[in-house]
Amino acid sequence: MNRITELFNKKKRNVLSFYFTAGHPEPDSTLSILKSLEKNGADMVEIGMPFSDPLADGPVIQQSSQIALKNGMTIKKLLAALESVREEVTIPLLCMGYFNTVLQFGMENFCKTISQIGIDGVILPDLPLEVYSEKYQAIFERYGIIPVFLITPGTSDERIRQTEKYSKGFIYMVSSASVTGAKKGFGNEQLAYFKRIKEMNLSVPVMAGFGISDKFTFNQVSDYAAGGIIGSAFVSHLQKEGASENSIGEFIKRIVK
Amino acid sequence: MSENYFKKYPNENGYFEEYGGAFLPPVLETEMKNITQAYFSISKSHNFISELRSIRKHYQGRPTPVYFCNRLSDKYGGRIYMKREDLNHSGAHKLNHCMGEALLAKHLGKKKLIAETGAGQHGVALATAAAYFGLECEIHMGEVDIVKEHPNVVRMEILGAKVVPVSEGLKTLKEAVDSAFNAYVADPVTSLYCIGSVVGPHPFPMMVRDFQRVVGIEAREQFYEMTGELPDKVVACVGGGSNAMGLFSAFLEDDECEIYGVEPSGRSLEPGEHAATMTLGKPGVIHGFKCYLLQDEKGEPAPVYSVASGLDYPGVGPEHSMLKDLKKVKYDTITDKEAIDAFYELSRLEGIIPALESAHAVAYALKLAQKYPQKSILVNLSGRGDKDIDFVVDEYGLPENPK
Repeated sequence: MNRITELFNKKKRNVLSFYFTAGHPEPDSTLSILKSLEKNGADMVEIGMPFSDPLADGPVIQQSSQIALKNGMTIKKLLAALESVREEVTIPLLCMGYFNTVLQFGMENFCKTISQIGIDGVILPDLPLEVYSEKYQAIFERYGIIPVFLITPGTSDERIRQTEKYSKGFIYMVSSASVTGAKKGFGNEQLAYFKRIKEMNLSVPVMAGFGISDKFTFNQVSDYAAGGIIGSAFVSHLQKEGASENSIGEFIKRIVK
Repeated sequence: MSENYFKKYPNENGYFEEYGGAFLPPVLETEMKNITQAYFSISKSHNFISELRSIRKHYQGRPTPVYFCNRLSDKYGGRIYMKREDLNHSGAHKLNHCMGEALLAKHLGKKKLIAETGAGQHGVALATAAAYFGLECEIHMGEVDIVKEHPNVVRMEILGAKVVPVSEGLKTLKEAVDSAFNAYVADPVTSLYCIGSVVGPHPFPMMVRDFQRVVGIEAREQFYEMTGELPDKVVACVGGGSNAMGLFSAFLEDDECEIYGVEPSGRSLEPGEHAATMTLGKPGVIHGFKCYLLQDEKGEPAPVYSVASGLDYPGVGPEHSMLKDLKKVKYDTITDKEAIDAFYELSRLEGIIPALESAHAVAYALKLAQKYPQKSILVNLSGRGDKDIDFVVDEYGLPENPK
């Protein structure tokens, strides 16, 4: 069974997931970050594949992508670095990035390689559902890769139901109509949106992302969703404090304890 | 071409065959769907059309003339005609779609127009449209471009626009697009995003083409009235491709007209030295749409260069990408040097100083004229060259005193 499905079968609440950009802060920090995250209690990790033009990301992740690109990070190098990741890391892993880089790498080649490595899912925020279903669904299914799609406060119920149909692992609930970046707690409007989604009783778990930066915001979303994804706040911490095991441990403690 | 070309392309999801579409994170996807709906429900209404027609005539000074270049044709052969978009208000074709976009914003009850600009031409045209309609205008511009294109920054500010400096990344057009997208997403209720060419996610390539079609509709009729026939050859420069799409759209069903899109080959066809997207690119996705794209093997957009800032884009309109595959338009290149020579030839033989972008189309027309001395050639003179005069003289000198 896919590790993502397995995780959500076992754990229905407070699922703690992280995002970081491969190749940031150091060219070869990817594997050690993954190990430190697992050791310190992360349930799942999204590994960002840097792109120079990340339309869905705020300044922090944009900057980390630029540093990663300067560090020479590419899909090819990332996959090489992850080759034996499953000897050391057991939690579900996803690759997150932008459609064009994967398109040029070759979608089939990409899915095949990551499935051999043991990556469980892929998030391509700029790949529309329609294009996925028409051109790539068969490839994802052939290699057992779970696609994850995003919904936002502006997404209609009808669209959410369509998204549900193509989702297998979880649905990524973007907290606000904005790009990624840490904010100070969720207001009534966002909580009402979380509630609306919860009450739709979707057949796949929902993970909240964007704007989750600390214990307070993580607990806020956990009332409505299976858990939360921490991106910008973590990337920003890596930028300032470095990617040592200690530094990562400190960051996670602030959220779960 | 079938006579239902404009009904067929783009399809309801914004595709021109395999190009176009909307490859966007869901936040933007939702907003683009709203703009598409608004465009379809408002822009075809009688009120909208008649107001836009009145603006075209009384404010923009349309129709712009088609002009026979007597001395140029004498020297190079052929019969060379220019569609004078340099005489459109504000000095280029850009205002054609900016007035349309701003009128749409007004009908939607929006208060603010948001856009990016590279060289500043689109920013100036949009600031002009915003002033006309009494809308706020926010133009995002890379810090590098702000320094390089200072006169246009001043023009935008005189027109009342707010210029937002972008300091991320290379601080040029690509980052300005991201910044403008983000500003729009933060405030989609009171603002409207107005893209600068036939690029970007659906509905923009369609919308900008539709607003630019006036160029081709006028030119075809004027040319026919002047000569009793259609031009043998139609030429326009292509960066994103808005002026070219405007002109070409009227001739796609005329099989006797050969259509040429001219891209910049800059200093050479080495990577980073040109912006010859159609010639050397391959299909990819940039800024939310699929098109021919200059990119490296990792799928990163390649650095591009042209002496004409307005042609300096690694992507190209999706409709152009399709027209290339359908072989309906031939895409070819002109170097910096050829464009500069044409800039002076048109200035000295006809008393018209062209924009460096348009000079690429003129240069190509001169080549065609020499090759086909019996043919008629219609060129889109998409903009005037005032903005380029200091740069050209400083960099290249005058013809009698070259650098």
